[in-house]
Amino acid sequence: MKVAICDYGAGNVRSVLSAFARLDADVCVADTPAAIATADLAVLPGVGSAASAMAVLRERGLDEALRARIDGDGPTLGICLGLQLALDRSDEDGGVEGVGLLPGRAVLLREGRVPRIGWARVEPGGEAYYFAHSYAAETPAASATSEGIVAEARFGSFVGVQFHPEKSGAAGARFLKRCLSPV
Amino acid sequence: MPLPRLIPCLDVAAGRVVKGVRFEGLRDAGDPVELGAAYSDAGADELAFLDVKATLDGRSALLELVERVAERLAIPFTVGGGVRSAADGASLLRAGADKISVNTAALARPTLISELANLLGSQAVVVAIDAAAGEARARAGTEPTGRSAVDWAVEAEERGAGEILLTSMAADGTRAGYDLELTASVAAAVSVPVIASGGAGGARHVAAALGVAQAALLASILHERPDRLTSLRQELHGLGVPLRDAA
Repeated sequence: MKVAICDYGAGNVRSVLSAFARLDADVCVADTPAAIATADLAVLPGVGSAASAMAVLRERGLDEALRARIDGDGPTLGICLGLQLALDRSDEDGGVEGVGLLPGRAVLLREGRVPRIGWARVEPGGEAYYFAHSYAAETPAASATSEGIVAEARFGSFVGVQFHPEKSGAAGARFLKRCLSPV
Repeated sequence: MPLPRLIPCLDVAAGRVVKGVRFEGLRDAGDPVELGAAYSDAGADELAFLDVKATLDGRSALLELVERVAERLAIPFTVGGGVRSAADGASLLRAGADKISVNTAALARPTLISELANLLGSQAVVVAIDAAAGEARARAGTEPTGRSAVDWAVEAEERGAGEILLTSMAADGTRAGYDLELTASVAAAVSVPVIASGGAGGARHVAAALGVAQAALLASILHERPDRLTSLRQELHGLGVPLRDAA
């Protein structure tokens, strides 16, 4: 199974790459539309700001490549900012148009300490994963929540998670393993 | 709120662990990756690597260390020491660090915090404050700044800090308990998470700190012994602190 990590200058490409490598996946960093198109699983990682990330995705033609993947039912995983970028819109940076892989928008967290940093349980399942975010998805495609916040969304062949599976120890590794072997 | 976090802190220089000699059961006792991996196995929620010398020569060794940690470990980690520009922070994040921490350099030039936050996102920027008698100190606590630790924490948050790592100089190394009063004052003044540091002697101290802060930095209490983290977690569990199930 070939895994391609979209490289748009985000900080955590190496961590996501290492996490898949630890699972013995055939994983590479991809910064061209062709590499995104041919992968069995494309991963949109994410750390940083929505506006600069979207600018690089567009500049490299990766946004179009991702939409084409979803149209062709190609499995695609968005992580943290990667989930937020996949929505229609984000409120970050004064409002940013997203890639549009699933309906919804990213909104600023208003409760508790922000950024929301730390391990928190995700329901259903009750496993704790590591979160580090100031914005969260509001989407009808939500499939799991953490303290009332969207933790996972599924829409067609897209799966997005607000937590960082690559930083979530054994629980995170189990999640990524499931992504490698879809039922 | 996310679960309270335990963050073992490793002092490194030129890519090696520099404090403590009681390493047991590790292949390479001085290798921060080996020690970090052992802490991770023992249930650490995050790790902090503090470059205590942060010399120019040590930069490449630090970057190499960060790369090896990111390759091996699946928990978040912060790197501190010698970050003076947004570019310094970006290179550490590219190497695999999740957060960088700044202290003296931010006191000398507070706009460094916003430069880092704009480039890396607030969630990646930890401002470390060494406090003595309520005052923020520079250069590992040796230099007075004339600024109150609480005011500096508020300003750091306004400038884009995503977390405050607060060390009480008076309590540090005493093992007599965290400075709860100061920690509570800072936690009340900011809305970002606060990491308490300095003074942990036992599980009750850590539990008390986690009552006012969102995380506790663990240094001398662990003595570079991962098995101490295992027992500490059990004791905290017994005291009703809701730690994550790390299995």
